[in-house]
Amino acid sequence: MTAMTLDLSGTEPTPFGRLLRVELRKSYDTRAGRWLLISIGLLVLAAETIALAVTTVQDEAMQFGDFVGTAAFLTSFLLPVLGIMVLTTEWTQRTAMVTFALEPRRPLVIAAKAMVGVVLTLATVVVSTVIGAVCNALYGAIEGHVDWTFGWSDFAAFTITQVLAMLGGFALAALLLNTPAAIVVFFVYKWVLPGLFEVGAQLIGWFGDLRPWIDFQMAQNAIWDWSHSAGDWGELVVSGFLWLGVPLVWGIWRVLRAEVK
Amino acid sequence: MITVEGLTRKYGSFTAVDNVSFVCQPGRVTGFLGPNGAGKTTTMRVMVGLTPPTAGRVTIGGHLYSDIPNPGRHVGVLLDASAQHAGRTGREILELGARTMGLPSSRVDEMLELVSLTPVEAKRRLRNYSLGMKQRLGIAHALLGDPSVLILDEPANGLDPAGIRWMRGLLKGYAERGGTVLLSSHLLHEVEQIADEMILIGNGRIVAQGDKKSLLANAGDSVAASFVTALDNERLAQALQAKGITVAKAGEGLRVEAETVEVGRTALESGAVLTDLRSAEGRLEDLFLELTAETQREAV
Repeated sequence: MTAMTLDLSGTEPTPFGRLLRVELRKSYDTRAGRWLLISIGLLVLAAETIALAVTTVQDEAMQFGDFVGTAAFLTSFLLPVLGIMVLTTEWTQRTAMVTFALEPRRPLVIAAKAMVGVVLTLATVVVSTVIGAVCNALYGAIEGHVDWTFGWSDFAAFTITQVLAMLGGFALAALLLNTPAAIVVFFVYKWVLPGLFEVGAQLIGWFGDLRPWIDFQMAQNAIWDWSHSAGDWGELVVSGFLWLGVPLVWGIWRVLRAEVK
Repeated sequence: MITVEGLTRKYGSFTAVDNVSFVCQPGRVTGFLGPNGAGKTTTMRVMVGLTPPTAGRVTIGGHLYSDIPNPGRHVGVLLDASAQHAGRTGREILELGARTMGLPSSRVDEMLELVSLTPVEAKRRLRNYSLGMKQRLGIAHALLGDPSVLILDEPANGLDPAGIRWMRGLLKGYAERGGTVLLSSHLLHEVEQIADEMILIGNGRIVAQGDKKSLLANAGDSVAASFVTALDNERLAQALQAKGITVAKAGEGLRVEAETVEVGRTALESGAVLTDLRSAEGRLEDLFLELTAETQREAV
């Protein structure tokens, strides 16, 4: 131990899997994090149960996919908040000092956090689907007929759009490093901007042509439709670059250079 | 070993750290002393890669911090005991650290025991911790990976006197086993008893460095002084003044501008019975205040 130089030959760099497990643990080891995850679960349960109650009372036709779709609409509000919080908590609670002291390779830490967001989003998709299956089975038991229509293409589109919603929050979080600001900006961009785009497209001719290329929400229809038009996918890539790529790259660049206090 | 070479960090036109160079040797406790805002924390943050330097560099055992794989196993860091999630329990905070470093949970229990946090305390959330408990937890976190270098910013802050004594013993033992310890403080008496080497910083610049003896030797003109109390202060004062030594009343006794040996000799010669004789401490403190005078918020 008295050596003037540190012998590093016996030390392996921290493997990514370990960082990922630690970051996953951080997402649920506080009350705030745990309750966010529990609320997402409860919301999914409530949404699908209400859908079941309403449709059976009114004898409406319901498919497996409809149950999951109801939940998807709601979780698309909460998953971005999750994506935001996995990153901003490190700044608001100042734990980034400890995190980056233990792992100075900041890109790996950020990648691990993004992966945690993806893992939790996939978990939400699984929970939504399982609860949807139970609700659909109950619907069948009550109504006497059951429709298990829930195409793989819908399931895949559901999963992809949920991951994109979460990553949208994550990208803004990286850019703003502040929970409330990131949440507000995210909801403006997801719910207010499409409306403004719509108005703009109606009023200004050329904007109507431009809109598909900058409206990320609209462009995501290509995923649901499994569009055969290369143009639709091009719009998705361009608008996605604008709303995901730019904030993410800019934000990460900032985090990498930031003085951590 | 920590080597700081020509380190400068500017914030706009403000220079927080100005061309600072020093070395922390293994087997020694190095005290990093300076008033608030002198640049201690900034220097330590550059050491562990949290703040990019404007110029210069810091190496730890010959490596840049960012080049050390799994750095927690080599360098223990405590920069701010409060910079932890307020909603996590003390145990969970150590658990996360241990897992990041690839250590078993049993290491967490060992560290909790080392810093005397009871299992009940370890289950409490950080927001319910006193500053002293946070410091103990922070020291436990820094020691988790059994590092050979320790970097501690104001670790004694908030510790009670027993806690400060405990930490002194802990760090001394750590250095005796060959570890390198750098600890900062704005309080001289915290550092003076534990540090083998002291670095005084003010206004971002190093104003003095060395061990206690050499710091005092360089101080030059400051005169030794003693406190003395005799049964007959009057007679002793006269005898001292007869030798041309300056004497002043101080409390029950006298403050004499001479070494204790000289006072004792004079007492023997004059037949005064001494009830108390000691060297006036605080010369180092005077030196500290003097060296950092320009950067003090209060006039000295």
